[in-house]
Amino acid sequence: MSRDTVLVSASWAEENIGAASVVFVEVDEDASAYDGGHIEGAVKIDWKKDLQDPIRRDFVSKAQFEALLSARGIGNDDTVVLYGGNNNWFAAYAYWYFSLYGHRDVRLLDGGRKKWELDNRPLSKDAVSRPATSYSAQDQDLSIRAFRDQVVAAIGTQNLVDVRSPDEYAGRLLAPAHLPQEQAQRPGHIPTALSVPWSKAANEDGTFKSDDDLRALYAEAGLEDGKATIAYCRIGERSSHTWFVLQELLGHTDVRNYDGSWTEYGSLVGVPVAIGDEPGQA
Amino acid sequence: MSVDSSGCAAPDQAAPMPASVDVEKETVITGVVKGSGGPVAGAYVRLLDATGEFTAEVVTSPAGGFRFFAAPGTWTLRALSREGNGDATVAANRGINEVALTVGS
Repeated sequence: MSRDTVLVSASWAEENIGAASVVFVEVDEDASAYDGGHIEGAVKIDWKKDLQDPIRRDFVSKAQFEALLSARGIGNDDTVVLYGGNNNWFAAYAYWYFSLYGHRDVRLLDGGRKKWELDNRPLSKDAVSRPATSYSAQDQDLSIRAFRDQVVAAIGTQNLVDVRSPDEYAGRLLAPAHLPQEQAQRPGHIPTALSVPWSKAANEDGTFKSDDDLRALYAEAGLEDGKATIAYCRIGERSSHTWFVLQELLGHTDVRNYDGSWTEYGSLVGVPVAIGDEPGQA
Repeated sequence: MSVDSSGCAAPDQAAPMPASVDVEKETVITGVVKGSGGPVAGAYVRLLDATGEFTAEVVTSPAGGFRFFAAPGTWTLRALSREGNGDATVAANRGINEVALTVGS
């Protein structure tokens, strides 16, 4: 993997609006953002309504994912360009999700909606409809998804990367600070997890830092080469951003995103939890 | 309450404080981004901790408003907008903390 095959610039995106077999997809934390203006021709995927099972906590099935992409007019051979607000958190989550179900050519728009807006690039309010397709997904690629038992087993043996803000890692905050702080789970982090906030991988305008900067970031943080890595945050969207950096930009292998993340781990009975700014002991 | 249901979704910045939020317990940092022509809608406001590290980001409401739920302590607010950028610091206590944030080139 390299930047050329997984990331597109805002100028590339603007030049490719309307291009055959390129589908722009907006995925936002705030699903109403799309309605206020989107990249011309972009379709919307709602990370909650479209990508989560409505009853239990898990993803939609392969058949439901196929129905979703077919209805949005996305074909198996299309280049899917994902973008969104919140520094592409949910677009990165969708990128990981599309990878989980085996889409061949999926890319992120560098800087997402923020850079697009700050650059004063055009947004459209026109309704978008694409002819339906007959999309065929793969079985979930579980080599990029971590479950709780794998996470507990990774304590002290694999790279665990906590990508939340330092105050969430230490247990001083329970959620990102745009959300109320009363939460059900215990504060803290998984013992031995390194604190490398997702934001250290991005510039202020939401674009990714250079490969050299990114390599230096994880080396200085103490990420060990040759070990498998699990990234987590609160619900798995910020850690998708870091999963993208490690596996897709830097080419690390055996990197998993723990989508259960702190809302699951911090509610488990009997698992070890560390408080404070240090990783803690296994 | 369901811990998943709110996700990491940024609540509508123009919305009144939800009834479920206990402002006696929360440390709310709120204000309006202003430029040369008044309130700035659609500005990106980031909350940075005492070490300058990113903690959260919201987009301002049509009236220029922003709101964070933090913890007592010193925080920096940084706004990015097409009109320019701006910074402010706040020593926040429990309850509502109002901050003035101005952007310009």
